[in-house]
Amino acid sequence: MIGAPTPTYAVEGHGLVKTFGDFRAVDGIDIAVPAGSIYGVLGPNGAGKTTLLRTLLGIVDPDEGRRTLLGDAAPLRQARNVGYLPEERGLYPSMKACEAVAFMGALRGLPLKIGRERARAMLADYGMGAAADKPIRALSKGMAQTVQLFGTIVHEPRLIVLDEPFSGLDAFNQGKLEALIREQAKRGVTVLFSTHVIAHAERLCERIAIVASGRVRFEGTVAEARDRLRPQVRLRTRMSDGPWRHALPAETLADDGAWHFPLPLEGIEPLLRALLDGNAGIESLSIERPGLHDAFVAIAGEAAARQMQDDQTQEEAA
Amino acid sequence: MREMMRAAFVIARRDFTAVVLSRTFILFLLGPLFPIVIGMAFGGLGDRISSTDLRPVVGLAMPAADAARMERAQGRLAERMGEKALPVLRRVPEAPAPRVQLAKADADMVVIVSGSPSRPIITGQPADVQRLEGDISLIASAAMAERSLHMVHVEPQIVATSVGAQTQGRLIIGRIAQIVIFFLTILLAGMILSNLVEEKTNKIIEILAAAVPVDAIFLGKLMAMLAMSFVGIAFWGGTAFAVFLALKPPGAGLPEPAIGWPVFLMLAVIYFAMAYTLLGSLFLGIGAQAATVREVQTLNMPVTMGQMLIFFFATYAVDKMGSPPEVAAVILPFSSPFAMIARAAQVDSLWPHLLAIGWQAIWVGLIIRIGVLLFRRHVLKSGGGWWKQLFRSATG
Repeated sequence: MIGAPTPTYAVEGHGLVKTFGDFRAVDGIDIAVPAGSIYGVLGPNGAGKTTLLRTLLGIVDPDEGRRTLLGDAAPLRQARNVGYLPEERGLYPSMKACEAVAFMGALRGLPLKIGRERARAMLADYGMGAAADKPIRALSKGMAQTVQLFGTIVHEPRLIVLDEPFSGLDAFNQGKLEALIREQAKRGVTVLFSTHVIAHAERLCERIAIVASGRVRFEGTVAEARDRLRPQVRLRTRMSDGPWRHALPAETLADDGAWHFPLPLEGIEPLLRALLDGNAGIESLSIERPGLHDAFVAIAGEAAARQMQDDQTQEEAA
Repeated sequence: MREMMRAAFVIARRDFTAVVLSRTFILFLLGPLFPIVIGMAFGGLGDRISSTDLRPVVGLAMPAADAARMERAQGRLAERMGEKALPVLRRVPEAPAPRVQLAKADADMVVIVSGSPSRPIITGQPADVQRLEGDISLIASAAMAERSLHMVHVEPQIVATSVGAQTQGRLIIGRIAQIVIFFLTILLAGMILSNLVEEKTNKIIEILAAAVPVDAIFLGKLMAMLAMSFVGIAFWGGTAFAVFLALKPPGAGLPEPAIGWPVFLMLAVIYFAMAYTLLGSLFLGIGAQAATVREVQTLNMPVTMGQMLIFFFATYAVDKMGSPPEVAAVILPFSSPFAMIARAAQVDSLWPHLLAIGWQAIWVGLIIRIGVLLFRRHVLKSGGGWWKQLFRSATG
């Protein structure tokens, strides 16, 4: 499958709208996922991520707008080149793990015999060789999720779409999944995934779309998102007051004996000079680049960020 | 189309192996044999009951000579008509009066005949008197004629063919074929109702819908259930044939359907497949809307009633070849397979069958499409205008 001509964008959506009754789950979204990239759709639960992915994959049709998947306006025609892991995991409980992987490959055109061989090899490589002939109902939740993930990639797709892939996995398996995503991307596969955990997007993605209330609030690289905020300065001085205080920016906050403020637009040198001249007694000074979380708060709003945090806490508790 | 058939085959293979390789499939195969075995056991018992206990007992309150004449007459008539056709005669005292004897707690006679063979008097309740009056009259007449009653010899003339008998035989074959196809359909198609519930409850439906056209899911499920039903039919048919061979009286034969046995059997299989897929596609469409097994069970009743109506319509038209009801039954897609198998038993032309099979196949496709459309609209919450969706390509 790899080797066929690849369009510039593996996935494109323009002006996508999807409504359920009066609720606009996707509200005029434009998205373009560069071929061969790892692309994250970031947003709290209910932001419209799943509906967006389902619309792009052709599971549901948009009410408005157009989409292309690997350059094709009919997404199902590209089914052989796409792997999809839905948010709600599902497998036939009586099916053996190896058969389940092969079946999912067969749905997307992979001969069963090859599917079985690859499934055994994948499970063995992952340390799950003993589970190959066990029915899904006999596996742990994490193992079943891994089986489904292998079913998503067994036919060696050009595009992998993962809806909340880290959900329900423990830290160890999350790490393994991250490695697997990177490995697929190295092979030239486009990986599009949704998540409400900022850390995964920050570690994995080259580009992200921040989605809230059915709209894309930001689209670009992680660096671009972070660059939307000025770097934060953290200053600790021996003196608590003096003429040098006037050199601190107006938005400076005092916290735990330290000063916090965004890096002044004119740079750090004028401030440093004022601090030295005013004998402020610099104990420490650090300039920190803002994280994606800070960028998310700035872009999507405090409420959306808080909801993301709640979603993650609830999931971890579950 | 090729891609859709490939995907349908993948789903069919999964469903087929999941069902056939399960332990419950053995129960499924043996299930229909239980009622037959029980029926045969109770049927034998029923035969014994009807041949002995259920014949009405008639008391003879006559002088001994007259009673003997009546008994001899009954014996002679029984030789020609069979014992089961006549009541049992039992002598009873002439006194007390018949009405008193019938009122006794231990009386087991239905009526009592008193008087003489030339002037018999029958005493009993109105319905019993009405039922047995003719029999007593016949026995008494034979008793009166006694020695002068000669049984006339009927000379048999055997012919190889009798159109009347053949017509009757073919009609019976047509009816039996309809009943067999109907029962197999009702037995097997109901299972399709709950077919998509597994995918929905196990959340597999999204994986399927993202990978293959929904049409292929529906078609694959129908193919699997049809293949499974063929396994059942092969098993049950083989068992029935073996039982027939074992119990068949020597020299007994079956009348030939108009179209000949080989073509008739082939058409029976095809019409079963068509009846099954027609109803199955409808059931699949209806069942796909249900979210739980309970909802499926609720849907089962009206659907079965609908099946019964269609079957009665087809059987009504079976002996009226070419009449408007028969033509209507042939055209109406759901009754068409039943009407056409009855036609195959009675009419020897083949082309109407080719036409009917094509017509039924078109409806199978159309019903699947409507089912898919409803599924996309109500379950996947997708789709726009009705007509646009109905005629759009399966791959979107």
